[in-house]
Formats: sequence, structure tokens, C-alpha cells
Amino acid sequence: MAAILSISDLRKSYEGGFEALKGVSLEIEEGEILALLGPNGAGKTTLISTVCGIITPSSGKVLVGGHCILDDFRAARSLIGLVPQEINLEPFEKVINSVRFSRGLFGKPKNDVLIEEILKKLSLWDKRNSQVKELSGGMKRRVLIAKALAHEPRVLFLDEPTAGVDVELRKDMWDVVRELKANGVTIILTTHYIEEAEAIADRVGVIADGQILLVKDKDDLMAQLGQKQLCVHLSTAIDTVPEALAPHGLALNGAGDALIYTYDTKAERTGITALLNDVAAAGLVLSDVSTRQSSLEDIFVGLVSGDKS
Amino acid sequence: MNWMAIWSIYRFEMTRFFRTLFQSFLSPVLSTSLYFVVFGAAIGSRIDQVDGIDYGAFIVPGLIMLSVMTQSISNASFGIYFPKFIGTIYELLSAPVNFLEIVLGYVGAAATKALFIGFVILATATLFVDLTIAHPLAMVLFLLLTCLSFALMGFIIGIWAKNFEQLQLVPLLVVTPLVFLGGSFYSISMLPPIWQKITLFNPVVYLISGFRWSFFGTSDVPVGISLLAIGGFTALCLAVIWWIFKSGWRIRS
Repeated sequence: MAAILSISDLRKSYEGGFEALKGVSLEIEEGEILALLGPNGAGKTTLISTVCGIITPSSGKVLVGGHCILDDFRAARSLIGLVPQEINLEPFEKVINSVRFSRGLFGKPKNDVLIEEILKKLSLWDKRNSQVKELSGGMKRRVLIAKALAHEPRVLFLDEPTAGVDVELRKDMWDVVRELKANGVTIILTTHYIEEAEAIADRVGVIADGQILLVKDKDDLMAQLGQKQLCVHLSTAIDTVPEALAPHGLALNGAGDALIYTYDTKAERTGITALLNDVAAAGLVLSDVSTRQSSLEDIFVGLVSGDKS
Repeated sequence: MNWMAIWSIYRFEMTRFFRTLFQSFLSPVLSTSLYFVVFGAAIGSRIDQVDGIDYGAFIVPGLIMLSVMTQSISNASFGIYFPKFIGTIYELLSAPVNFLEIVLGYVGAAATKALFIGFVILATATLFVDLTIAHPLAMVLFLLLTCLSFALMGFIIGIWAKNFEQLQLVPLLVVTPLVFLGGSFYSISMLPPIWQKITLFNPVVYLISGFRWSFFGTSDVPVGISLLAIGGFTALCLAVIWWIFKSGWRIRS
């Protein structure tokens, strides 16, 4: 599938010398959902803001639908919708006027049927004549989404869309995101919530210190998540893994009192029964057995801390 | 040109004006009435005619200019400063619009509001003094150009300002003194010769003089020079705004 967003060696340095983006390259295919994970200050918002035209890049190239964001900014920006991280809204304006304004700003003619559809989808129709300041935090966030969708973008950036949003509303938003994807909209979202990436993303990217550390299909990552560890605790510590247990590929923990067996939960046979039989046959006495599964968060933390070291 | 965007910004800004229409209307009517009571009736009754014009009528163009200039600046500076302050400027910066379209939307709305207030003051003035306008079309042209040029200046102040105090600084410390010393309430021919020369460095003198000419057919400086001055000021403001958007100064990091 063709790339709708192509970022090549994008760099951003500020006047003080701080380098917020250190040569970011990323290709995003049309119709996919990419979740960008990263700690605070990783460069997520800088990356989004640069693509959207809020920040001027120091160097590098960004193409949106084949249009350069600098040389052909009108065509590039027309394709993009942005939901910012902060709730930035004119407080005294009515919800519906605020959404209409966004559509007009992007040069699109009035379309109240579409605006009604968007507001209804986001459960804002009943509040269309309320002033923005009268809405709850969650509703304001939905107004931001409605404004971003008002000009029918092909690429939607969601900068931490569910930060500070309750679980129910978060799931509503996931449904909206899935529906947008079904309509062919490409979505790039930044998030701190691993489960959000797991729930809705097609691919997951990890950014830290202004660099993309990993971009991978979520399914591949989930396959890694499928790896589970069985920890066989021994009543007496040993120095080495007995020869008879070598075929199982066991590791011994530092104290020598636990054998660690890594297996695939999705495999037809996990090999656990054979392992336990062989452990007993080797004359080892078990004191306990436990299992541990690595999460996307573990992978994320591992990558980020590895980058820092 | 993204005409739809210009219209959207213009309409959005005008909605803010209509939300506070009562204050917008009442404030200039009240202040103009006070000026007429104090300068026209109390002090003006002791002043002879100026350039053959009753003093009450003579100050009308200056009063209109005073309000129009300050209103143009405050409307335009607030119009662009407020999105910066509350963060909604992100939408402007990420939209497919160029600097000219943003300026036309904001400055157009600010100038419209000031123009409206200018006509309200003119209407109020007719309640106090007899007025005949010698060159009505020229009057409207001068008023329109003044609204536009000072709204452009206000737009620059709104981008420059980092807080609400700075937003008030230039209008209070620069514009108001220039307007008061620019012949709003007197003819510069009434000044001592040396001050007649010095006052010609005040750009507002040319605007008020030209505007007064459109009312009474007499002016302190030639009308052509007044038009050149206002045109030059407009061009200067536009050039500064073009540079601001090109460099991203105080709006785009």
C-alpha cells in the first residue's frame, strides 16, 4: 500500500541548541493506525507539530499525500486533521460554531449535514448550542476531535487523545478511531497507555530522545508478548543446569535456585509437562512454580531504558 | 486565495463583537457624549471659532479618529493575541492558509468593528452639533484607511505581546499621546511656530488633518500628503506582518 505520510531525516533544533528531533524517518501507509509510544519529552508532540505546520523543521523532508509540507503546504495541510494534546478551545463560542469554523478555515464549504453527523457520532449533538466553557473535560476533548474531522481529513493526528479521560469515554473514542479507519482515514496517535496501542493500533512505534527506536507490526509485537516464562523454583540451589535438561534450553537464575523456561503460549505443545517430568527425573526437588508474561510495556521500557544507557 | 478561510475568520471574530454588542455600542456613545459636554459645551463655549468652524463641530473629526484608532488597535491586537493566549492558534498555523488570508480575516473584522464605532460616534455627534460633510466619499475613504492601517498595527502588537500588560502598553504609551498631540482638539496653526514644525513628525497629524478636510474642506497639511502618509503607514505594517509570518516570529517555533 502507498505511503500517505513520508518523513525523511527530520530534525528540529531550538535556539538554545536543544535537539528535539534527531533525524526521524517514518513511512505511514494509507488507512493504517500507528501508535507512537514514548516517555515525556521524547519528541512525540514536536514530531506531530512539525508535520502539521506548527513548528518549522530545521532540516529533513515531510510529504503528505506526496505534497511537501513546506513547498506545497496548502495541499499537504488540507489532508491533515490535528487533535492537540492540550484542550485549546475558544471558551465563549458555541460548539457547533467552533466546528463550523474549523471546516471553513480549511476552505471547505458549509456542510451542516456532515457537521451534524460528526457531532452525533461524538455524542455532542445535544450540546451543539452550548458554549464550550460549559462542557466537561471529556466533552471538550470530543469537540477537539469534531473540529479536526470537520474538514474530512485523510490523515488524523491524535496527540494523547485519551489523557485524563475515563475508561468508558476512552473506549468510546477507540470505537470512533476504528470507525474512522474503516472509512479509510489514516491515524497516528501518541499515547502513554500501552493498552490503547494494543487495542487499536496496526503498528506501534517507539520514540525516545528525538529518535524512533522501533516501528513494528502490532501482531509481531504481540507474538513477542506470546512468549512466556515458567520459573521452576528449587528447594536446593545448583551450580549448573543438569545435562539431562539441556534440550529444554533452560536458564539458571543468579542465585541458582530457579530454572527459567521460555515457551510460546500459542504453540501446539508448550513442553511444560515434559520439562517437569525431566526435572523430577533429574532428581531436583521443586519448592514452587510461577509464570511471567512480558507486556508491551516491558518491551517499551526496555527499549527506552536501553536507549538511555 | 482561501476565501472561505478569510470569511470564516472574519465571521468568527464578528460573532465575538456581536456577543458584546451592547458594551461595544454604549461605550463610544458615552465617552463621545462626555467629550462633547466637557470640550464642546463647558470649554468650547469660551473658545472662538477655529479656522472658521465652531469649536464643537471642529473636534468631531478628531474625536472620531481618536476612537477609531484606539478601537482598531485594541480589536485587532486582542483578536490575534487571544488565540495565542488560549492556545487555539494551533488551528490557524496548521490550516492551509497564508499570512495574507489570516491578516485579511482578523484585520478585516477589527476594521469593521472600528468603522461601525466611527459611524456611531458620528451619529452621536450630530445630536450635539450641526454638521455638514463637505466630501462624504473622501470621509468614508479616510475612515476606512485609518481603520485598516491601525488594525494592521494592532495585529502586530497582538503578535508581539507576551501578556495582557504588553497588549495595553503601545496603545497607552504611544498611540493615545500621538492622537492627543496630533490635532484632535486643536488646529496645529494654533501652536507656536517651533511646535508647528515638530508636530509634523507625528504621523497622526496627517490622518486627522485629511479627515478634517473631508468634513470642512480645510486642512493643516495638504490632503495628498495625508493620503500618502496613510498609504505608507499601511504598507509598512503589511511589510512587518509579512516578515512576521515568514520568520515565524513569536508565533511559530
